[in-house]
Amino acid sequence: MSTYTVPTMAEMAANAQLPEVLFWVGCAGSFDERYKAVTQAFVKILNKVGVSFAVLGPEEACSGDPARRAGNEFLFQMQAGANIQVMNGYKVKKVVTACPHCFNTIKNEYPALGGNYEVVHHSEFLQQLINEGKVRLQGGGEFKGKKITFHDSCYLGRANEVYEAPREVIKALDVELVEMKRCRTKGLCCGAGGAQMFKEPEAGQKDINIERTEEALATGAQAIAVGCPFCLTMMTDGVKNKNKEAEVKVYDLAEMIAKDMGI
Amino acid sequence: MSILPQLAFVLILGVAGFFLSKRIQFLRRNILLGKAETRNDQPKNRWKAMLLIALGQQKMFKRLVPAFLHLLIYVGFLVINLEVLEFVLDGILGTHRLFAPFLGGVYTVAINVFEFLAVAVLVSCVAFLVRRNVMRVERFTKLELKGWPAMDANVILVIEIILMFAILTMNATDQILASRGDTRYLALDPLFFSSFFQPLFEGFSRGALVAIERFTWWFHIVGILVFSVYVTYSKHLHIFLAFPNTWYSNLKPKGEMENMPVVTNEVNIMLGIPIESPSNAPVEIGRFGAKDINDLNWINVLNAYSCTECGRCTSECPANLTGKKLSPRKIMMDVRDRAEEVGKSIDVGGLGLADGKSLLGDYITKEEINACTSCNACVEACPINIDPLSIILQMRRYVAMEESGTPAQWNAMFQNMETSFSPWKFSPSDRFNWADQVKEEEMK
Repeated sequence: MSTYTVPTMAEMAANAQLPEVLFWVGCAGSFDERYKAVTQAFVKILNKVGVSFAVLGPEEACSGDPARRAGNEFLFQMQAGANIQVMNGYKVKKVVTACPHCFNTIKNEYPALGGNYEVVHHSEFLQQLINEGKVRLQGGGEFKGKKITFHDSCYLGRANEVYEAPREVIKALDVELVEMKRCRTKGLCCGAGGAQMFKEPEAGQKDINIERTEEALATGAQAIAVGCPFCLTMMTDGVKNKNKEAEVKVYDLAEMIAKDMGI
Repeated sequence: MSILPQLAFVLILGVAGFFLSKRIQFLRRNILLGKAETRNDQPKNRWKAMLLIALGQQKMFKRLVPAFLHLLIYVGFLVINLEVLEFVLDGILGTHRLFAPFLGGVYTVAINVFEFLAVAVLVSCVAFLVRRNVMRVERFTKLELKGWPAMDANVILVIEIILMFAILTMNATDQILASRGDTRYLALDPLFFSSFFQPLFEGFSRGALVAIERFTWWFHIVGILVFSVYVTYSKHLHIFLAFPNTWYSNLKPKGEMENMPVVTNEVNIMLGIPIESPSNAPVEIGRFGAKDINDLNWINVLNAYSCTECGRCTSECPANLTGKKLSPRKIMMDVRDRAEEVGKSIDVGGLGLADGKSLLGDYITKEEINACTSCNACVEACPINIDPLSIILQMRRYVAMEESGTPAQWNAMFQNMETSFSPWKFSPSDRFNWADQVKEEEMK
């Protein structure tokens, strides 16, 4: 038996190797205690399937999304410029990431700055692995037959029109996918986009994540599936706020697949 | 027959045309207060967007009830305008029902269709008045609609109702006169809807009927001319501007923020990356981001003039839904109001843009723009592809880069990113620590 491996681009380059895909981990995936589990789950899947991948490791910097959305274009472009230099240096062709914000920024905004890559969200990547039969789900896992609702992330859904891939991934788990009142193009934001993750909300009657959590709970789902680190935080906080954390879990798609694969 | 009515008609037509062209020039100039922006790529997709979304009302149908009522008014507007062509020619030539002899039986069918649409428009307008004033649908009762905007909406609906009544009354009296053998009036096959109005006028003398018929004819056509000028002062401009507005839609992925090449040049110099072609560098570096309407691009301002204040954006805005001050509709109304203010000031030789006021500050507050989650719900919801988010983000750029006025927590996030390349304060050398555990784990 061997252990899981997490090669870096630097290690691969030293051996004159070029992975097929760069796994862009993102800041939340690297530092957020809860979201590190998602990163680990995704890496395990990649190992298990035998995908040729590498990460940037310490060479990765924030994609710059929150700086740009908060108005600091200089800072955004400093981050983006540095990242593009590193990625172009390693001749990166394809990027997969579990963060819709990184996904959107690298896919849509890096090209204007000289970074041209094929960028996919991990939901699309997982869907492809499932479709190709590379990820074989047991179907009898802990999610079987359970009611699960999917929360659309703005930067995956409306921003990039990825609506079906995450749903296909969930359905592959042999679960009952239930939709919230506001879903797909009408999906309600978790409240964290546009750099809101990094400050307190403006004065209002309610926090956005509470509104969204109420909608999710109203479906009667036993688990809320997300595909974004910020959404994961916001929905988890929302569920806690409603004292439902014992009954309703919030998972990232990769975690659900890894669980089902027994890894 | 006296030529006086013809002269009067041509005169009225000329006056309306004069005012209308003045207003169009005013609006055009105001829209072009915005910065230059070229958006002519993908003409096929632009025509498609215009045909589907403006002409085809595609996005209206996300909400079925208002979409259906709106469709009736919209089709009524398009089709009844065919009859206006006859009105205008009759007015100039001094004829009556000019097209009838040429079209024969088809003419009666056409008039019946117009009458059906007139009734449909009438019913829809009443339904819309009820939605606004009796049912008080939430998006029509928001703060930014208080006063003139709410009044404007009601005025338009009432004018439309009166115009439709005029056309039905005209047809009713016209046909009574024809049935009494008056040779100047043409007996048509039965007109279904206006025949219900006939009993109201049966007992009237010939003189009274002629007076009513003429009055309603003049009222209808002059009403339409007045309405066309009124529209230019009103939120109702969408009936024309929805078309160019959808043609100039943002066809890029909604999540993409526009690049700032000025910043790219400076950053490249700082990072020691050679600047590819100096010719790309803009001649003068203007303001970073947007403080006033002239910092926005002209499509942003066109968006504002195209907005009919339906509030679908605001009703789907997560910030607004949870009680924050931000309302995407208000952002659009503010841009328009500021453009109007500047335009009027310029026209009277005033200070225009230099009046000491600005869009951000005097119309829109930081509290509003800071509340945006950039979720694109407003952009998605707009039936004619207006983009309030573009304006909000340009103003955030101004606040961050010209004023350093972003909220303290965002400044802290900036600082973290500058020093440790992450929005959180973690050491960059710890970035890869997440892998330590998994690298030790046996692969199952």
